[in-house]
Amino acid sequence: MPKQRVLRPAQLKGPDGALAPVVKLRHLDQWFVGALALAVFAWLAFTLATNQNIRWSEVAGYLFFPKIISGIWVTLMISVVATVLGLLLGILLAVMRLAHNPVLNWLATLYIWFFRGTPVLVQLIFWYNLAFLFPHLVVKIPFTTIGYMWDTNDVMTGFTSALLGLGLNLAAYFAETVRAGIQAVDTGQSEAALALGMTNGKRMRKIVLPQALRIIIPPTGNEFISMLKTTSLVYVVAGNDLMTNASQIYKQNNLIMELLIVASIWYMVMTAIATFFQSKLEAKFGADAVRLVRRPGFIQRLFLRVGSNAESSAPQPAHVREDVTTMGKEMS
Amino acid sequence: MSLPLHVQAQGVTKSFGSHQVLTGVNFTVAPGEVSCIIGPSGSGKSTFLRCLNALETYDAGTLAVNGQQVGYDYRDGKYYEWSNKQFAAFRSKLGMVFQRFNLFGHLSAEENVACALVEVRGINRSAARTRALEELRKVGLANHSHKRPHQLSGGQQQRVAIARALAMDPEVMLFDEPTSALDPELVDEVLETMKLLAQEGMTMIVVTHEMGFAREVGDTVNFFDNGAIVESGKPNDVLSNPQMDRTKAFLAKVL
Repeated sequence: MPKQRVLRPAQLKGPDGALAPVVKLRHLDQWFVGALALAVFAWLAFTLATNQNIRWSEVAGYLFFPKIISGIWVTLMISVVATVLGLLLGILLAVMRLAHNPVLNWLATLYIWFFRGTPVLVQLIFWYNLAFLFPHLVVKIPFTTIGYMWDTNDVMTGFTSALLGLGLNLAAYFAETVRAGIQAVDTGQSEAALALGMTNGKRMRKIVLPQALRIIIPPTGNEFISMLKTTSLVYVVAGNDLMTNASQIYKQNNLIMELLIVASIWYMVMTAIATFFQSKLEAKFGADAVRLVRRPGFIQRLFLRVGSNAESSAPQPAHVREDVTTMGKEMS
Repeated sequence: MSLPLHVQAQGVTKSFGSHQVLTGVNFTVAPGEVSCIIGPSGSGKSTFLRCLNALETYDAGTLAVNGQQVGYDYRDGKYYEWSNKQFAAFRSKLGMVFQRFNLFGHLSAEENVACALVEVRGINRSAARTRALEELRKVGLANHSHKRPHQLSGGQQQRVAIARALAMDPEVMLFDEPTSALDPELVDEVLETMKLLAQEGMTMIVVTHEMGFAREVGDTVNFFDNGAIVESGKPNDVLSNPQMDRTKAFLAKVL
């Protein structure tokens, strides 16, 4: 809601019939707490800015350093590909969990348990070291010699282990989101689809999933934003991402804090941009529930003024639903 | 040979856990007949209708549409369970209208009607669209074709639902309390639509609480109680001169 100025009377009619002025209540306590918080913040910022041990010129110098820029591209690439992999696999897992086939059901549950039950860092290192288990990766027709063979270490680079580790991990989490979305679609929709003679596959693809998207889409933005930062874990497997490259630079010149600041600035920029698009997505798909939980980001509200627009359009479910249905149509 | 019966049920039973919902339903509908099913809530009327459409399974008994046992193929002295495709093909021949409309929320009225024509019948989109508009015109909603379900009143939604079922050229139309979720002033427009359909000779099975409709349009009225049809006959006989005490008690409450 756009903030409205509260209008209060400047004068009120007194007991003697004459107008008496209204004395405003001074919020001294609020002023005091605000000033205190500001002072603490200013002190922190001052000590950081004037800290002799941080060479800000080096921060500026490394901000657009080629190796940092190339790291950003790798980080973005890993984030996008791993998220897409996670989303697709997550949908498959969710459908498996809801399937009547107990084997599929059980396997999906096992997958989700395993990938949510182990730290993503462990999974990354596992994929990177896959060669210890399988020195060669072979694709061939069984019982023949026709096929291809790769050296596992050639395939499992830092980059591919990052994609696999992060993507497979996200799939496990995302499967639960998709399942919730599918289950939120009224069962009457499924019954009507079946009654018209649709098979289960058609029912899912044409009727249920397009409507489940309304619930599924908004969290995907959050997953992507989270993924942007989770990619920094890739530095343990030397994935040439932003964090890996920053760490490689500071290991040589020992400008640890400076390069961490450079990396942090870029992560914040990427997050701000992603948050902007995410709120667009939310406005389009109108997940009121999500909006209630997570307000638009600081940068957005400050510079892009999307926050106020998105918030003021909140109580219009009809308009919002219209947008949802458009997406459903594009799907079909 | 007697007239071929569209729908025939004999001794159909069904239980949900220990609760027996259908205790042995005997029921027949001839082609072109409008058969109304009345009775108290929870007596199994809707469950029976859903069994007929294979949305529910039944435990025992004969349940046949056009002489074809629902859910099973008879070959060489054995009944073979249907595949999902056989179920889908069977259901596409029956029109179903639900109490809560169940229009597809992400599609416009026209797309709701055209959807199954494209996806199930394999008709191309433009032909399906033409047919959809034709069906919407029949239920008096031609100029609402672009609207989404939430932009339509309950009565309009239910008429779209009827158009959606009719577009599939069903052999039998099943109505599951089609007016129970409607505001009173919207009931008539749906009943009028159904009346027209009956006049065209459609075979209809209507679970309803609208006694006026049952009397006026129904060829037979079946009174359902405790999971079985306890009395059936011409509307005037059943509604005005019931023989069974349970029917009398029920009608005393609703009329």
